[in-house]
Amino acid sequence: MGIDFDKLKVQGVKVNYFYICKRKLWLFSKGISMEQNSDRVLYGKLVHKNAYPRLKKREVLIDDILKLDIMDKTYVKEIKVSSKMTEADKMQLLYYLYYLKQLGIEKKGMINYVKERKLEEISLTAEYEKKIENTLVEINRILKMETPPALKKLPYCKKCAYYEFCYALEED
Amino acid sequence: MDRDYYIFSNGRLKRKDNTIYFIDSQDNKNSIPVEQTNSLHIFGEVDLNTKLLNYLPKYGVILNFYNYYGYYSGTYYPRKKNVSGFTVVKQALHNFDYNKRLFLAKSFIDSAVHHILRNMRRHKEDIKELIEKIELERLNIERANRIDELMGIEGRIRKYYYQSFNWILRDDFTIERREKRPPKDPVNALISFGNSLMYTAVLSEIYKTQLDPTISYLHEPSTKRFSLSLDIAEIFKPLIVDSVIFYLINNRIITLENFDDQDGICFLNEQGRKKFIREYEKKMSTTIKHRKLKRKVSYKMFIRLECYKLIKHFIGDEVYKPLKAWW
Repeated sequence: MGIDFDKLKVQGVKVNYFYICKRKLWLFSKGISMEQNSDRVLYGKLVHKNAYPRLKKREVLIDDILKLDIMDKTYVKEIKVSSKMTEADKMQLLYYLYYLKQLGIEKKGMINYVKERKLEEISLTAEYEKKIENTLVEINRILKMETPPALKKLPYCKKCAYYEFCYALEED
Repeated sequence: MDRDYYIFSNGRLKRKDNTIYFIDSQDNKNSIPVEQTNSLHIFGEVDLNTKLLNYLPKYGVILNFYNYYGYYSGTYYPRKKNVSGFTVVKQALHNFDYNKRLFLAKSFIDSAVHHILRNMRRHKEDIKELIEKIELERLNIERANRIDELMGIEGRIRKYYYQSFNWILRDDFTIERREKRPPKDPVNALISFGNSLMYTAVLSEIYKTQLDPTISYLHEPSTKRFSLSLDIAEIFKPLIVDSVIFYLINNRIITLENFDDQDGICFLNEQGRKKFIREYEKKMSTTIKHRKLKRKVSYKMFIRLECYKLIKHFIGDEVYKPLKAWW
């Protein structure tokens, strides 16, 4: 243990973006958001809204930073549309667990891929804790950068809400 | 697909339940699907209710108003949603630093001239001389040290360009010189009307980004107008508006009968406006395969991409290179 958590803590989505694309993370953190133009994002919102209609308590907000989809006695549950970005989703949820642990709350995690009818359970191990801490340090390093990380072609760029932004380039 | 709606008739525009209705003076009720609306353009005498004005911003819909002659008079602009103070500060720095400002001003003009020449080359051999004059003048852009110098170059290029209209356009349409306030002949009326539409189209694309529409480079940032919209419109006026004008006139779609003249002010009548807008909207939704995006992009989307490139320039990501139509 050696990180100053209070100084490093960020929104959960930033942990997610860190594992998807550092450039997206930086742009998003500067308020350059493209999510409002994306049909995929809209779809995700609808899935969130319509999942578990019988559940009374939804969207728990912690510290004005963390927005948990569902929290019950044992679990923090995160609803996701697709299991394509497994690592990013997993790390986001692990970060929630880590964050709660800092507040003295210990929970297990569950990712619900509602459309795929798939559940994935995870728990915070010492190894993961270390990984989250390193991630937070790295995220804060990126957020401090003067200019965005250079464009790096990733296999899922075409599906990203920032695709048009990043690839709006001119040929000579 | 986000659409623009144009209202020519007189009547009442209101929100009722969760839809927008337009009720004309004959009590005909038309609904406008709010979620698929980009902006509304109001040319007629229209009453509105505040429920509507509170409702439209939720969906980011812009209301543009035009006066009796069809020229832009103002916009009801929703509260800005995607704000980035960071971007605006950087955008302002590029105005504050004169060299940075000059770079962008030059870029806008160079792109405009590229599109002007592109229009001219498509037409007739007769204007060879004018093309050469513009090409010569274009060389001065790079060398200019001041923005007013740049404006002078642009003015001269435009003069040659408008002269060429007399060869490009059919015999019954001529232009002596550009007259804006007010336009006195049909060609000037068409240019003014088209430019009004272009201005609002650019504004509505700027609105969807984090850019501040009041901080501009070629035009002086002023309190009267969203001058960044004027800057970006320079690129698209020859590319979109002028080619629509050539098409409409040379295919005899718009004729002299589509203009009214009142106390020396020439303007498109309702029939003329409808014809213009039909063609203009068709052009705006025409798509071109983008070389880098490898995706079909509409003319309208090209405006947004220009905004994105500017943001990237401001935040130090990628030096701005204006659009130069390659197709």
